[in-house]
Amino acid sequence: MPEATPKPEELVQINYDPHEKDWRKTRPEFRKGTFCHAALPKDVKYLGLPNPRDWQPPDVDWKLPPNWKEIILQGMKERLEKFRSFRLFMDICVRCGACADKCQFFLGSGDPKNMPVLRAELIRSVYRRYFTTTGKLFRGLAGARDLTEDVIKEWFYYFYQCSECRRCSVFCPFGIDTAEITMMVRELLNLVGVNTNWVIGPVANCYRVGNHLGIQPHGFKDSIDFAVDDLEEITGVRVEAPINRKGAEVLFIVPSADYFATPHYYTLLGYLMLFHEIGLDYTFSAYAAEGGNFGLFSSHELAKRLNAKMYAEAKRLKVKWILGGECGHMWRVVNQYMDTMNGPADFLEVPVSPFTGTRFENTRSTKMVHICEFTSDLIYHNKLRLNPSRNDHWKVTFHDSCNPARGMGLLEEPRYILRKVCNHFHEMPENTIREQTFCCGSGAGLGSDENIEARLRGGLPRANAVKYVRDKHGVNLLTCICAIDKATLPTLLEYWTPGVDVGGIHELLGNALIMKGEKERTTDLRGQPLQQKSEAVHA
Amino acid sequence: MKPLVPLFVILAVIGLAYGGGQLADTRYLLGIVLPYAAIATFLLGFSYRVIRWAHSALPFHIPTTCGQQKTLPWIRSSWIENPHNKRGVLTRMALEILLFRSLFRNSRAQIEEGPRLLYTENKWLWLGALAFHWSLLVILLRHLRLFVEPVPRFVIGMDTIDGFLQIGAPQLLITDVVVVAALLYLLKRRFTDRRLRYISLYTDYFALFLLLGIVITGILMRYFFKVDLEGVKQLALGLVTFSPTLPAAVGPLFFVHLTLVSLLFAYFPYSKLMHMGGIFLSPTRNLANDSRRQRHVNPWNYPVKVHTYQEWEEEFHDKIKNSGLPLEKE
Ligand code: HEM
Ligand code: SF4
Ligand code: SF4
Repeated sequence: MPEATPKPEELVQINYDPHEKDWRKTRPEFRKGTFCHAALPKDVKYLGLPNPRDWQPPDVDWKLPPNWKEIILQGMKERLEKFRSFRLFMDICVRCGACADKCQFFLGSGDPKNMPVLRAELIRSVYRRYFTTTGKLFRGLAGARDLTEDVIKEWFYYFYQCSECRRCSVFCPFGIDTAEITMMVRELLNLVGVNTNWVIGPVANCYRVGNHLGIQPHGFKDSIDFAVDDLEEITGVRVEAPINRKGAEVLFIVPSADYFATPHYYTLLGYLMLFHEIGLDYTFSAYAAEGGNFGLFSSHELAKRLNAKMYAEAKRLKVKWILGGECGHMWRVVNQYMDTMNGPADFLEVPVSPFTGTRFENTRSTKMVHICEFTSDLIYHNKLRLNPSRNDHWKVTFHDSCNPARGMGLLEEPRYILRKVCNHFHEMPENTIREQTFCCGSGAGLGSDENIEARLRGGLPRANAVKYVRDKHGVNLLTCICAIDKATLPTLLEYWTPGVDVGGIHELLGNALIMKGEKERTTDLRGQPLQQKSEAVHA
Repeated sequence: MKPLVPLFVILAVIGLAYGGGQLADTRYLLGIVLPYAAIATFLLGFSYRVIRWAHSALPFHIPTTCGQQKTLPWIRSSWIENPHNKRGVLTRMALEILLFRSLFRNSRAQIEEGPRLLYTENKWLWLGALAFHWSLLVILLRHLRLFVEPVPRFVIGMDTIDGFLQIGAPQLLITDVVVVAALLYLLKRRFTDRRLRYISLYTDYFALFLLLGIVITGILMRYFFKVDLEGVKQLALGLVTFSPTLPAAVGPLFFVHLTLVSLLFAYFPYSKLMHMGGIFLSPTRNLANDSRRQRHVNPWNYPVKVHTYQEWEEEFHDKIKNSGLPLEKE
């Protein structure tokens, strides 16, 4: 964690009652720790996006194109036609305030412009000024304000303090989804070259090489091979992990962090063990080596450009269907955008589990199954031998990631698996899980180091709920099915709630999975000694 | 002082209407011209706004899912909170529109020493909002007795239930009390809740003052300063049959009421009150979460630049080859 990070005692000096000043008269301060760095010109150029240049948010002059205002207004006009959500959400908010204290960024900062309603008003006021009769006539009286460079700066600050988590949308009586508004504003900022490095960097890498870090094909193969060796040491079983193999039944796509970061890596081990044990005929792809899609955090077009690789690769490899790993926003894209953006996937078949015969009717068109859907079906049909006591050193809780929860509804499958693979599972309080889950505070491209204070603030409500189960039940492991969670929650918990590790569902599955021909396991996938009490085998 | 401006506007309108209600020429203007103009504005404006929304494309299916998706047969899905078919969507929408389902989830967050975040139940807004809207609906329907002859049976039935307390003559109607109480509560929130005060615009106060003005003048006419109901009915019937006549005996208070109502109708399409139409079109609520089951087409989908496999292989050819991965082109 960077040196200057404030102490928890300092950060929690939060007041939810705004000071009296008019919000139109306050401006954000680009203080270290509360914003992301600008995108590098080379990445912007590589992707063919507008206005590549050197600049940073604290600069006075952002070097916008001379006709920036025209570009933004034209961009708004276009998007008002193209997205009903945008036009409607600009029009119908009654400012009832129900969403105000539902956003983790408000709860962690007390900054009134982090109330979803006010976040939206930042652009709604501009919409009124240029796109409504009353706004044009009555200006301030009708809640309208002029578009200035300061407004652009304010947008950048606050729309990069929204993780597009959709929590506010659950509580809004009209379903107004600030995430949708954030997507629009980020697209608009994109048009004048206002981007962040943490989003555009990974997008450029992913576009060119195939994954966020830009790990090249041989590096990818090395990491997978490394995992295979590692597994042999832990389990005594040598698994196969084919890459770019044509004619496999299933193409398996994971977020790239699964093969280059911890604790994601243990989840990767879990997948490999599972596939070996059941004998799945599958392949990885080094071209479509990224499930995550940071394009979504910048524009619909970039999301589509990255996502296109999945179907293209499935077609080239002539697989029958696609299986996707533990990732949050990847599943927002797969569930709600992929088929529309890059379908129809008529060259694939409706996914059928070769082991249980289950036809995944819910994926009839998209032909892509979530690994938790796949695994829970296996367990339900008694296809796996599990020894949950191998996870007895863990007291587990489960964090619903925003996108699988509110953009899909994948709530029970991971819980079903958890209950079968560990003996100590405790839910966090009701207002903090399932559709009401809190974001880790780092989603939607906010997870950079330089943005640490904003992330810690945004993560406070989640960490606080973890604290509750840690203190009450001794929980020491937070499980989740999202790569961003796994990357950022360890820092967050270390800061707010020390003593709780972060892991994946398939990591615990890997621990519990009894493999044919395995040696006696003395450690879990992390190399920590097991505390094996009983051999209570659940067939 | 945000609330003052809208308050003065409403008071000014009341003053003007009260004065205007006493002169023949302005009575004609307020009693006949204004209502027609307001209704026309309302109808045209409302349709225009709805058509405008409907005209905007619906590129993606983006329901906010608030419960378990429908997947495996042995997992119970939340067919209302995360609908996968029409029936689910219709039920979800009905619950939203009739019972404000989402608002019912409302809670209030507090931070305590520790830190400890607390989320407490907070159903007051839901209750207040529901009370206000339902009373308003009943009151609106009650007005049918002025426009339809003979008075529809259900309107009479409604009033019997509404007046079950049987206090006073004319009987006290519950909805009259509830609507005032609810409006005052909604207004009070905007004054006393600092967050709400911070986000409120002039127009938010304006809507509430306007509604309060209408409701209060209505109540004054019913319980305190009796108006000539026959005369009002004559005007109302005349207006709907396009042969309006101005009754002589109707006092200025009625003109205040009518003017405020006209203002409401005329203002409606230009304001947040359009949430009444908008709620039906909200794409996070009125779509099924079935986009993996069924393909949806984006009407403006366009081809984008992608980095193809062939380009990728070409760029990394040697590295792919050296690592032993298969190639398309050796
Ligand atoms: C389908 C019909 C309608 C539905 C489902 C609906 C729903 C809602 C909901 C859920 C709220 C938020 C809670 C609140 O702040 O009270 C609200 C607010 C409001 N509604 Fe409606 N509404 C409808 C029609 C109307 C109509 C016809 C009017 C007035 C002519 C109206 C006036 C208002 C006002 C003034 C507010 C804001 C209250 C405040 O300032 O706190 N609504 N509506
Ligand atoms: S809950 Fe919805 S209507 Fe209420 S203030 Fe928030 S966005 Fe506006
Ligand atoms: S989408 Fe999430 S982060 Fe963004 S405003 Fe809503 S609650 Fe806050």
